[in-house]
Amino acid sequence: MANTTLENDALKIDNEKGNFKYPESYSFDAGVGLTADTVEYISKVKEEDEWIRDFRLKALKVFQDKPMPTHWASKDLETIDFDKIRYYLSKGQKPSRTWDEVPDDVKETFERLGIPEQERKFLAGVEAQFDSEASYSRMKEDLEKEGVIFVGSTEGLMKYPEIFRPYFGKVIPTADNKFSALNSAVFSGGSFIYVPKGVKLKQPLQAYFRINAENFGQFERTLIIADEGSEITYMEGCTAPKFETATLHSAVVELVALKGAKIQYITVQNWSNNVFNLVTKRGLAEEDAEVRWIDCNIGSRLTMKYPGVVLKGEGARGEVLSIALANDGQHQDTGAKMIHLADKTTSNIISKSISIGKGRSTYRGQVHMPKHLKNCKNNTECDALLINTNSRTDTYPAITTRGENNTVQHEASVSKVSAEQIFYMMQRGLSEGQAMSLAVNGFVNDLMRQFPMEYSVELKRLIDMEMEGSVG
Amino acid sequence: MNALEIKNLNVSIDGTAILKDFSLTIPKGEVHALMGPNGTGKSTLAKVIAGHEDYTVDSGEVLIDGENILGKEPDEISHAGLFLAFQYPLEVPGVSIANFIRAALQARLPEGEDINAVEYYKNLYAKMDALQMDRKFTSRSLNEGFSGGEKKRCEILQMSMLEPKYSIMDETDSGLDIDALRVVSEGVNLMRGPERGFLVITHYQRLLNYIVPDKVHVMYDGKIVETGDKELALKLEEKGYEWLAPAGAGA
Repeated sequence: MANTTLENDALKIDNEKGNFKYPESYSFDAGVGLTADTVEYISKVKEEDEWIRDFRLKALKVFQDKPMPTHWASKDLETIDFDKIRYYLSKGQKPSRTWDEVPDDVKETFERLGIPEQERKFLAGVEAQFDSEASYSRMKEDLEKEGVIFVGSTEGLMKYPEIFRPYFGKVIPTADNKFSALNSAVFSGGSFIYVPKGVKLKQPLQAYFRINAENFGQFERTLIIADEGSEITYMEGCTAPKFETATLHSAVVELVALKGAKIQYITVQNWSNNVFNLVTKRGLAEEDAEVRWIDCNIGSRLTMKYPGVVLKGEGARGEVLSIALANDGQHQDTGAKMIHLADKTTSNIISKSISIGKGRSTYRGQVHMPKHLKNCKNNTECDALLINTNSRTDTYPAITTRGENNTVQHEASVSKVSAEQIFYMMQRGLSEGQAMSLAVNGFVNDLMRQFPMEYSVELKRLIDMEMEGSVG
Repeated sequence: MNALEIKNLNVSIDGTAILKDFSLTIPKGEVHALMGPNGTGKSTLAKVIAGHEDYTVDSGEVLIDGENILGKEPDEISHAGLFLAFQYPLEVPGVSIANFIRAALQARLPEGEDINAVEYYKNLYAKMDALQMDRKFTSRSLNEGFSGGEKKRCEILQMSMLEPKYSIMDETDSGLDIDALRVVSEGVNLMRGPERGFLVITHYQRLLNYIVPDKVHVMYDGKIVETGDKELALKLEEKGYEWLAPAGAGA
């Protein structure tokens, strides 16, 4: 508690700070709408091998054939007009290695978001994506010497096919869902990371995703492979200016933790409230490996995201710790999937959601433990906090367990911040916003303690700002 | 004037009058007890002074050292120097007592100014020592799962940290065993002094054995019907409240 100022200085990303834009000037523009020509254009400017282009074109077909999942998901998805979106905008395909070489408007954007400063203070490497392409990418030299690879998606597939191609699209197949197919057709940017055997990164790698253009779709693709016994923490942040029109963000993130490896993937999602954030994230954990998702959703208009772990090897562990905050006009539809495929696998899901005003949050969980498995464990905790009576929360847990000595524990709670609690805190001198912030922070406190320090401080600040803003 | 002044206060809820032309002045340095049967408006009075939004103030004034506080937000009234010890303190899960009090003090500082954490804890521990509280107490979540006595002790600790000009103790003695009652009373007595005024709301005379009031007021049907010294409280204990019922009050 004593040194919060330091961390606040270290991480300056917030709604207001994110709400600015520079005039558009792009050298590469795939135009409006999505056809095979759009896909060909993207593949061509990226100078991709034929197999990648074919992969994209096949995915486009899958995307076009799949219906919108509105039979179970929000009808709001129907308002996305795929013919009005721009699918590729960039100033060039090669990221700079120093901030000085980054175009001025882009550099200023990331400076305003505090990225170079964070890089100096506590990161092992940074990739900063501006619309479709990374404009800056750099990792500490000693990590390069140890054989760590940290590149963009196309570069990863072209330069290191023997490493990335075997896993690309394997954890999340193209046809997993409509939006994973869309991403597979038009993906650009994102991080492809390989951590060699036994290498343990002490500091996190970070990606920052920035949308600057209107009517735009960002489709980054990330694949992280942690080889045997290695460890990595990866963090991502994002912002966009607030536009009147809808913006689409649809990423695919695949993680592969080989025997005994550990991957921790942290997201602080703070998109502006016009962004449809439809993201597929899944990790594969081999024997004794661990995949942990820390997923915090503060922004966007509609987020649909259910990070999952496929527990493939004996003794593998999977974890999803998530916090979602839905304010007026927002729907956070989040959850977790744990697919147990080996004996002695364990999974843990802790989800906390806060709904304010007309905000809506939904939890969807899936825990699968088939009959032939033994000694598996899952723990699921789902807590919802409602602030004022208009807010709405729904929980859809789906747990299938069979087999010997498999245990599943599920707890769910819904609580409210009452007017009397607010009055009590205000009587002690807190403003209404401060009182609500404190109640919300109290609600997520025990979970945030498990997050890395920099992130819990940043998250606390974002929550404070949201609560201050929600007081009429 | 150096006092908490309540002048001709008329308050209603959903059209039903609760406080009827209520007037009371508590000068700094004095402890006044407000007694009376259930449902006469004692707790309403406390909440209205603290700025609770459920009540309609039809007319009247409430002044802190000459400054009108009626119509202000509860936090502004708190900053003006009023503390209300709640009859039923609320739970705030996940927020420790230490962090809560710190946030309350921080909220009093001008923007950009931060509380000195070292000084804060020094002060907190000194106050806890004076109140004979275990230091582990403040790491617990605010009022969560507390016994009645613990809740009231927590109120006293908050009061001693916020150092208000005027404190209203709303039935602080309800639900307390005799040991807890003593601890709470000692807390109040420690804070008594020329710089502070107290309004102690209670049903029973027994609290006044520990907190000896300068004046005792009896409230009945929304207004004060009798004022005296501590002897009045003893008389009430013996005779009950009925003899004070105003004619036609329908009690």
